[in-house]
This record gives sequence, C-alpha cells and structure tokens, in this order.
Amino acid sequence: MSEYFVYTEHMAVGYGKDPIIEEISIHVRKGEILTLIGPNGSGKSTILKSLIRQLDLIAGTVWLDGRRMNDMEEAETARRLSILMTDRIKPELMTCEDVVETGRYPYTGRLGILTSQDREKVREAMKLVDAWELRDTDFTRLSDGQRQRVLLARAICQEPEIIVLDEPTSYLDVHYKLELLSILKHLVKEKNLAVVMSLHELDLAQKVSDQIVCVGKGGIERCGPPEEIFTGGYIHSLYGIVSGSYLESFGCLEMEAVKGEPEVFVIGGGGSGIPTYRRLQRGGIPFAAGILTENDLDYPVAAALASEVIKEKAFCPAGEQTYEHAVSVMSRCGRVICSLKTFGPFNEICRRLKEEARMRGILEEE
Amino acid sequence: MDERRRARYIGSFLLLAALLGVLFGWNIYSGSLHLPTREVLEVLLSGEGENAAIVWDIRLPRILAAILLGGALSVSGFLLQTFFANPIAGPFVLGISSGSKLCVSLVMIFLLGRGILISSWMMIASAFVGAMLSMGFVLAVSHRVRQMSLLVISGMMVGYICSAITDFVVTFANDSDIVNLHNWSMGSFSGISWDNIRVVFPVVVAALVGTFLLSKPIRAYQMGEAYARNVGVNIRQFRIMLILLSSVLSACVAAFAGPVSFVGIAVPQLVKQLFGTAKPMIMIPACFLGGAVFCLFCDLIARTVFAPTELSISSVTAILGAPVVIAVMVRRRSRAWGEGA
Repeated sequence: MSEYFVYTEHMAVGYGKDPIIEEISIHVRKGEILTLIGPNGSGKSTILKSLIRQLDLIAGTVWLDGRRMNDMEEAETARRLSILMTDRIKPELMTCEDVVETGRYPYTGRLGILTSQDREKVREAMKLVDAWELRDTDFTRLSDGQRQRVLLARAICQEPEIIVLDEPTSYLDVHYKLELLSILKHLVKEKNLAVVMSLHELDLAQKVSDQIVCVGKGGIERCGPPEEIFTGGYIHSLYGIVSGSYLESFGCLEMEAVKGEPEVFVIGGGGSGIPTYRRLQRGGIPFAAGILTENDLDYPVAAALASEVIKEKAFCPAGEQTYEHAVSVMSRCGRVICSLKTFGPFNEICRRLKEEARMRGILEEE
Repeated sequence: MDERRRARYIGSFLLLAALLGVLFGWNIYSGSLHLPTREVLEVLLSGEGENAAIVWDIRLPRILAAILLGGALSVSGFLLQTFFANPIAGPFVLGISSGSKLCVSLVMIFLLGRGILISSWMMIASAFVGAMLSMGFVLAVSHRVRQMSLLVISGMMVGYICSAITDFVVTFANDSDIVNLHNWSMGSFSGISWDNIRVVFPVVVAALVGTFLLSKPIRAYQMGEAYARNVGVNIRQFRIMLILLSSVLSACVAAFAGPVSFVGIAVPQLVKQLFGTAKPMIMIPACFLGGAVFCLFCDLIARTVFAPTELSISSVTAILGAPVVIAVMVRRRSRAWGEGA
C-alpha cells in the first residue's frame, strides 16, 4: 500500500455522528490525478472536506506519505497539502497578490513576514497560472475564471505535495475550464504532485483523470481508471440518467430518443448523419438510421437518438439480408434523407439504398 | 506598486499621529478653567505649578484614558469583525459592553453595600466575566444563524436586557454613590484616576502585544476558515485567543468608561479605508491610533460643547459613528444582495 502517497482505510465521513458515506477508498500516487464523480448531494464535498481535516473523520484513517494524517501537526500538513475549495470567500481589501501570499504562511515566521524568496515563489505561481497582471486587483472584483486561477496560484505557492480541489471548474466557461485543467495536468507532471478533486464535467473527468472514484447515492460504487468506469453504460446508473444518454466513447450527452414508428430514414455514415439525427430529435420526429457498422462514427449517436438502427458488425461489409431489412424499414418511412456526400467500396450498400429511395420517389433531394 | 502602498501606510500613520498630537494638546488646554500655554507646559514638564492638580490629576489621566481605552475598543472591534467575518460586529452591538457593565455594577453595588471600595483589578475582572457571558450567548446564537443581521440583532437584544437590569439595579442602589455610578453607566472618561491608569495601561498593552502576535493567523483567517486551517492555523486555539483578547480589551473600557458605542465598528472601518488594506500588522496599530484619535475628539466635544454640562461619551460617539455603520451596510447591500455573510 505504501506506493500510494495518500490513501484511506475504512474512511467514514459525515456531519455529526452519523456517517453519510462509509468505506471510502481513495488511493493516489504522486504524479496522478484522482477525480471523484457522482450525482449532486452524494457527498463528494464531504469526502474532500474530511480529507483536508476540515471535518473530523467519523471512522477510519487517512494516510499521507505513510503516516496518519490525524497525528500530524497543522504546520506539517500545511506544507504538504493545499486546497482550492468552493467556499465563496470575500476577503476585505485584499489584492490578488495578498491572497496568493497567504499560501506562503506555512514557511514564514511568527508574524508571517514574507522574505524576498517567498515573494519570488508568489510571483512564479501567479505567472504559472497567468494571473501576474492581476496582482494589484482587488480579489472581490475578479471574474470567476480569474478567481479560480488566483486561488490555484495560492495553492501552488504553498509548495504542496498534494492538492485537493472541490469542483475547480464550476462556474467557469469552456475556455477557463480547459485552461485550469491543463495547468493542473502540467503541474502534476512537472512538480510530481498528487491531485484529488471532484468534477461535475464527466467528459473532462474522463480525459484528465488517472483514477476515478464514483460516489453514488449509496456510497462508493466503483474506483478505477477512466476506461474501466466509462464503459457499459455505468454512468447512466451512477447518475440515474433516464432521459437522454451519456456517450462514453465521445464523452458527450445526448437528449432522449423520440419514441415511435420511424417517419424518416437517414442514410448516413462516417459522422455525416449526426447533425441530421440531432435535428430530427429536436423536431420530435422519430427516425431510423442505416446502414451503419458498429464502429462507424455515426453509430453511437444513432443508437442514442434513433428509434431503429439498421446495423452491421464492426469491420464487416453489409450483407444482402441487412440490405433487404433496410429497404423494408425505408419503405415504411415516408421520407428518406441521405446525408452521405461521398461513396466508395466500403459504403457501396448505402449508394444502392439511396438509388432505391430515389426510384421509389421518397428521397428528399437537397 | 509596493512602494505606493508603503507610502500610503506611512502617510496614514503620520496623519493619525499628528491628529493624536493636536488633539492631545487641545484636550489639555481646553476646559472650564482657561490656562495659558506656558503654564500647561510648565506643569507637564516639571509637574509643578499653581494649577498642577487640574492638568496633572484631572485632564491628563482623562486624556490617557481616552487614548488607551479608545484604542482598545477599536482593536477589539477589529478582532470581532474578523472573527465573525462581519463588518458591523463590535463589542457594543454584540452586547459585550453591556454584559460587562451589568457585571461591574452588580459587583460594585454588592461591595459598596458592605462598605468595601472596589479596586481597579476587580473592576476589570468583573467586566471580563460579564464580557465572556455575553460573548458566550452571542457565540451560541452565531452557531445557529449565519446571517450577520440576525447576529447583530440578538447581540443588541442582549445589550438592552443587560442595560435594563443595570438601570434597575442602579435605581435601587444605595444613594451615596449613585451619582458616580450613574455617570459611569452612561459612559464617560471622567473620573478616571492615575490608579486606574496604572492598571489599564499594562492590561491594554499586554492585550495589544498578544493581538499583534496573532497578525499572521488573523490574516489567514480573513480568507475564511478552510484556507486558514490549510495554511496551518489551529482554528480552535486561534478562536479562543481571539475571543479572550477582544473581551479583555472591551472589558477594560467597560470597567472604567462604561459603555462606549460605535467606536468598535466605525473606527476599524474608517481606518481600513484610510490605509486601503485590512492587513492585521497594519490594522492593529492603526486601529489603536485611530480609536485613540476618535475618542479624544469625541471626549473633547463631550466636555466642551455644552460646558459646563458634560455629555455622555456615547452620545457623541454615536452621532459620529452610527453614520459610518449605515454607510458600510448600504455599500455592502448594494454590492451583494442578500448574501448576508
């Protein structure tokens, strides 16, 4: 177990006496990002608050570098662990530089006076997150994106070995979300940090994390690398998704399929059908899609949105039987849309399908 | 930029120091008996002269009291504002001053009734006990309500209850010392002797030094509890220290000057704006100076404007201080609707 920098044993957390979640297992090495995902109110924040000793553990142990964290002095954990929490702090009359400077306190003397070396660290950290030009701005006047960057600089200049972040990307726009996570990723590699955080953005969690811990309504449901978690529709059960779906391969959300007999047949493939599928879904029109091999780019979206998909096994040319089936479904639909622009030996069958539709006069020409 | 900040700090300190000097001089000259400059200087330097007693035994201790107690009150307010993360917290609005007042008057009347004169130390001790009792109540309330207005309202209610009981007790006390007691329970820097100063001085200085040594955790705490803990502040210990220190400081004031309103809120706010920072290392000495200047000025008004009738110090501090509090609340409201923290 000692290969892990921080790990927990039989950790139970909650407010007061009764645990909300028990048997929490968090194992993170240096140079790794561990992400907690799970629905609102499942207790991700509670776990993080307990990990950073803001809440007392109800049971169990947190080990940091082979020692019990509860036995450590505050001054020691301060030099090893830093945080970025969701609390909306409103420090009075503090510039961004003032805020970041508080991160150096574990290294200063009795009165907290910073040396020139400390100031250099503050400067470095602020430059790293691209916040140096904000140094004289009042902290309370920042935008959400700037605020998170400044708080991250504070956490960085504390020179920790592990950073704990509670939903660091909430309230941020796409640009800042990506930027913050890139900075974090970069830090992890460069400074060999361990990171434990919670994220709401599944797509980002899937891409940025080395380990994922799933916090469900009933406790910790699964832990593992993202490729083990984002598979087999597990995300649907973790979040209790009933309307719509999460496409694991794309890391994107799709709306709920329109149910009923298909009214439109979409001939697609290679990604060309996706906009059409989504347009039909928005319009509330049930449709069928085909002929798609299971490894086609269109396939996951078609499977999520179409009421019927005429498919063929991955890497196999479609057989006559499949073609017949497609024609019969197509004839039941009143309209056919062909989103394909190019044809070749691998989608010859779709070209035939399109010809068939044109002959029957049900193809919508563009 | 750092240079500009430093220049502002130095300038502001110089301004406060100059004001303190001017007000010191003004206070020592003015009074019902007009003394020529030369004579005052002579008394101050040599301690002798025709009217030495007036300058030396009446005016000087009163000025020193206004300086020490005004400073103490404003530092105490700064600590409470930090503690509750609430810009309108202060020893008076939270009922801490009134708790002290009640406790002191109870002890005083009890002892006077038995013919024992109360010593300065006992005054401070009983004021401290009263402060802690009120503080305990306010803390219990603050545990339940997060909204700053509710906290302040419950503090003020405690204040009213304590004041009412004090009035009641004073009314039914033995008549011999009532005049004195009445004056004190309205709030005044008059009647403070060198004996009192000799006790107040070490207590206030010790509490100030203690507070100054907490500069670093106070700074960290201004970022909120979670971040303070994260940089190594032992929150429980720190909170106890903060409560003890602010109670000692406000207890000193209540014991010798009675309740003095609004200094604890208004002065730290004004000083913050003047210095453009809330950095404790600057704020603690600056609040002390600011409180001293403010109280010297208010006391000057209290005893000279309607001379020979003297106003209670609280009526003057309230007139000057309350608008500041209103301004602070209005500004915060307009910036952040209903966040209440």
